[in-house]
Amino acid sequence: MLAYLKRFLALPTAALGLVALVLLALAAIFAPQLANQNPYDLASIDILSSRLPPGTASVDGYIHWLGTDDQGRDLLSAVLYGLRVSLTVALVATSIALVIGVVAALFASYFGGKVDAILMRLVDLQLAFPSILTALVLVALLGTGLDKVIIAITLSQWAYFARTLRSAAMVERTKEYIDAARTLKFSSSRIMFRHLLPNSVAPLAVVIVVEIASAISLEATLSFLGVGLPITEPSLGLLISNGYSYMLAQQYWLSVYPGLVLLLLLLSVNLIGERMRQMNNPWG
Amino acid sequence: MASYVLKRILQGLFLIWLMSIVAFVAIYALGNPITALINPNSPADVIERVTRELGLDLPLHEQYFRFVGNLLRGDLGQSYVTSQPALGLILERFPATLELTLVAMTIAAAVGLPLGLYAGYRPQSLVGRGASAISMVVLSLPSFWTALALIIVFSIQARVLPTGGRGEIGFIFGVPTSLATLDGLRHVLLPALNLSAFPMALFIRLTASGVQETLHATFIRFARAKGLTVRRILFVYVLRNIVVPVITVIGIVFGVLLAFAVVTETIFAWPGSGRLIIDSIRSSDRPVIIAYLMFTVTIFIVINLTVDVICALLDPRISLQGGK
Repeated sequence: MLAYLKRFLALPTAALGLVALVLLALAAIFAPQLANQNPYDLASIDILSSRLPPGTASVDGYIHWLGTDDQGRDLLSAVLYGLRVSLTVALVATSIALVIGVVAALFASYFGGKVDAILMRLVDLQLAFPSILTALVLVALLGTGLDKVIIAITLSQWAYFARTLRSAAMVERTKEYIDAARTLKFSSSRIMFRHLLPNSVAPLAVVIVVEIASAISLEATLSFLGVGLPITEPSLGLLISNGYSYMLAQQYWLSVYPGLVLLLLLLSVNLIGERMRQMNNPWG
Repeated sequence: MASYVLKRILQGLFLIWLMSIVAFVAIYALGNPITALINPNSPADVIERVTRELGLDLPLHEQYFRFVGNLLRGDLGQSYVTSQPALGLILERFPATLELTLVAMTIAAAVGLPLGLYAGYRPQSLVGRGASAISMVVLSLPSFWTALALIIVFSIQARVLPTGGRGEIGFIFGVPTSLATLDGLRHVLLPALNLSAFPMALFIRLTASGVQETLHATFIRFARAKGLTVRRILFVYVLRNIVVPVITVIGIVFGVLLAFAVVTETIFAWPGSGRLIIDSIRSSDRPVIIAYLMFTVTIFIVINLTVDVICALLDPRISLQGGK
């Protein structure tokens, strides 16, 4: 594990990505402690101080480092809470998708035959559509809201996990240790989860990281388009969208700062994923 | 070859049938469409009359047969909002989307493929490193983000290009297009550039890794030993080997772009079918959403089929194996 980390950090961009991600994650976790105000607490925001430029001092004595939004919220606080929402949605959706994908892939590769054929047709069907389209249609049919967005992201992602793990597991299942486990009359679930899974997990790790990034991006897009999270739970995408209307009035900070945080978040996750992919590659 | 094509067509038809079930369930089973159509507080007799008029009182399987019957006649229902045929609405808007997508694909291929070739041949050079870094950044970013960045830089700060709309439309050989007028070109540039970012990055990556892999092959070493020029090795030997994956990706990406256009069209106020779908989602106009879905699936399948056939023609190994 330590050797892996050392090799991982050998590439400066990967190290940078990891540091940035850790900082962002800490900022998201400790948002309530770091923020000047709770942006959802209507009592603490003042509509009179709406759209103040960055650096303005507030009536309560602290400084709005990133200015305020159209409701008079401190933008820094809103961004911290938005980061929290974005990360939570992405992690929850990816985890559910991962579980579904892993179970489907293990069943497909272990039982083979008809089970495999049916499950993989489903995967093909899913992969035939770009995830943004799947998510849009699901949101269109189910309605908007936190749970609907998570369902939409999950459904547009599980197939990637299923396909990756299946192709790795297909190679593993023909190996002798699986025959040995079968001869020992281990139960199917024990062979699937204790033998097949741990041995085919390496390529899956890369896909997990990449999919977390795409979940963040998908949620931001949905929220930006106004068909994602409700206004009561502003994620980064929603903050950008809110600020966008004031862009033409030169009040750039409303969109630009949440946008930069989103950029940093996505880049750091993708840099990590890229390095992991490189390390799996024999020429890396 | 013929049996291969036939098999692919049957698979495509099966997929469309599957989608028709999804579409039907989506319209009729998930919630009562009546509540979306009229005020739920209307008198009971009004609700009953509308239900009967739309055939919503029939048993589910009869509704499904009616739905499929209409589908086969090209009738995908009427918009809840404007009462126009849903398919008509989409077809009316589709040319604008197609135009945007084609311009974007052209930009992406014209820039991405040569850059990818070079980046694969000289991965350590400045251009090679730059190309892969930029493609990495672009692939990480959602397209609404790049759209906003483009608008801020070119429309708000530099004030050289319009923020949205389609502009003046001219005619080339009787086809209405923005490409015929200067104003139209100015309007199409930013959205097309934005839409082209994703496929461009993908082309750079794909060709670069394809070239790198092919350069390791033995036949390249033989070509070198024979004393062939670098140009000939790169443009004949290597290119011929990476053309199949590149065409596959162009096909898939074309379909993806038609869907991605949703975001770009919304931001740049481009009057295409993607913007229509977002408006429909916001107003819960289910027939239009479903019509868009069926339409897009059909296009996807046609594109995939075309790509598979072209690839089978280019690479006989594919059709001989009878599939992937």
